[in-house]
Amino acid sequence: MDDLTPTTADLSVELTVDGTTHRVPVDPRTTLLDALRERLGNTSPKKGCDHGQCGSCTVLLDGRRHLTCLALALSFDGAEIATAAGLAGSGVHPVQQAFLSHDGYQCGYCTPGQICSAVGMLDEAAHDRPSHVTDDLAAPTSLEDLTDAEIRERMSGNLCRCGAYVGILDAIREVAGA
Amino acid sequence: MREYAYLRPSDPAQAVAAVSEDPDARFLAGGTNLVDHLKLGITAPGLLVDVRRLPLDAIEQTADGLRIGANVLNSDLAADRAVRTGWPLVARALLAGASGQIRNQATTGGNLVQRTRCVYFQDRTTPCNKREPGSGCSADHEQAYGRYNAILGASEHCVTVHPSDLAVALAACEATVEVLGTAGPREVAIEDLHRLPGDEPERDTTLGHGELITGIRLQRSPVLERSTYVKVRDRASFAFALVSVAAGIELDDAGLVRDVRLAWGGVAHKPWRAAVAEDALRGSPLSETAVREAAEAELAQARPAPGAAYKMAMVRNATVLALRRLVPDVLGDVRGDVRGESEEER
Repeated sequence: MDDLTPTTADLSVELTVDGTTHRVPVDPRTTLLDALRERLGNTSPKKGCDHGQCGSCTVLLDGRRHLTCLALALSFDGAEIATAAGLAGSGVHPVQQAFLSHDGYQCGYCTPGQICSAVGMLDEAAHDRPSHVTDDLAAPTSLEDLTDAEIRERMSGNLCRCGAYVGILDAIREVAGA
Repeated sequence: MREYAYLRPSDPAQAVAAVSEDPDARFLAGGTNLVDHLKLGITAPGLLVDVRRLPLDAIEQTADGLRIGANVLNSDLAADRAVRTGWPLVARALLAGASGQIRNQATTGGNLVQRTRCVYFQDRTTPCNKREPGSGCSADHEQAYGRYNAILGASEHCVTVHPSDLAVALAACEATVEVLGTAGPREVAIEDLHRLPGDEPERDTTLGHGELITGIRLQRSPVLERSTYVKVRDRASFAFALVSVAAGIELDDAGLVRDVRLAWGGVAHKPWRAAVAEDALRGSPLSETAVREAAEAELAQARPAPGAAYKMAMVRNATVLALRRLVPDVLGDVRGDVRGESEEER
């Protein structure tokens, strides 16, 4: 890619998705979301708004929660992606189990994005990343400080039109152990 | 979507050269705004020059402050220990913007050159002088959706506001923006980066085509250590500002205002440094009345666009609130009231 001749032809990206590495030929206009769904057949991340407003396309990208609809596949050549479908291999991730236990979904469309976002969010809170509702920016953040207000604020990028928020909140609170 | 070519140079000078020599080229950084614009058809470049992986991602201590690389992610900047303690208004502004996912993707430089969220700018079926110069302004009309319109500095050609929270905090910091062009690097005061619409509303900034923001420099100062950012919006999170206030204050031993910084967001085509209000407060005793009068003095130059007159009282009240948060012993403790939640709920 360091070749300075602009091109639209013969471009491809390497993506490692849920543990498997793929070489995917793409048109430069292809988003990461479309590469995952349409080229690799991984329909776990969902196309909700396709404009970065709903969070249903959230995955973990190089370990951090990330939208895939506003990401061009070419920009993320070499990325390591975990979708909700591959979070725990063939097993059930603790966040997924908590969503099951607390009815953290209704239709299920936003759920893979909610789960990836929750996993990323818990990791952020455990690693000293404050939020808008964190009172003291100088104090380190931790999972013990995850009040309901903190969880709501940190999950605000994921919408649920069924309104399963109460169950989602219960599920995340349980995993956080706050 | 129009076909475009894609290029990912490995050093900033190559990126600058590639965009400079092609009027149809655009820089691509995090993509949170530009990729949306490609989908909406608001912009249709022939070449994207990807700068996201250029080695501009460090936060470094300098002799008098910090240097922040343009590719530092919004989330990493907000979590940085030096920023949280030395420039809390910057961390607060970032945390008040977008969502956790978007902050993990959006960059410092990209944040400053994001474009307005005016509904008419984003809707290709309506006239907009910023999107299509000379087509008219759909927002400057009594029947328009004017809730997000400007109250300061608008022109007959454009009445929209700048959407960035970070830029408002940086205005209060008097940050310096490092820019690279084909003639080499130059520095731009944040005050001079964004511009009022005048008769060229299509130009958001003073940057030339092909000029790339490479970093931001912040100077350490006591007035910025005691600082915050208050954002008023239609929902509690993940929404653009109706109005916002970046504020910093330093009192002397007698309780007089030694220094104060105030910048307003959501009110103008650029982050609005409230210099008149600052001058009114500097050297005086602090009181709620003094802050209200200072804000009113700033607003003497306001000309609210249709639908935005409510912002006059809102930005004045938000200014009081921001300073109250910083000096509750003088102005009264009102923790929690801007978020509309009681302490119990939090």
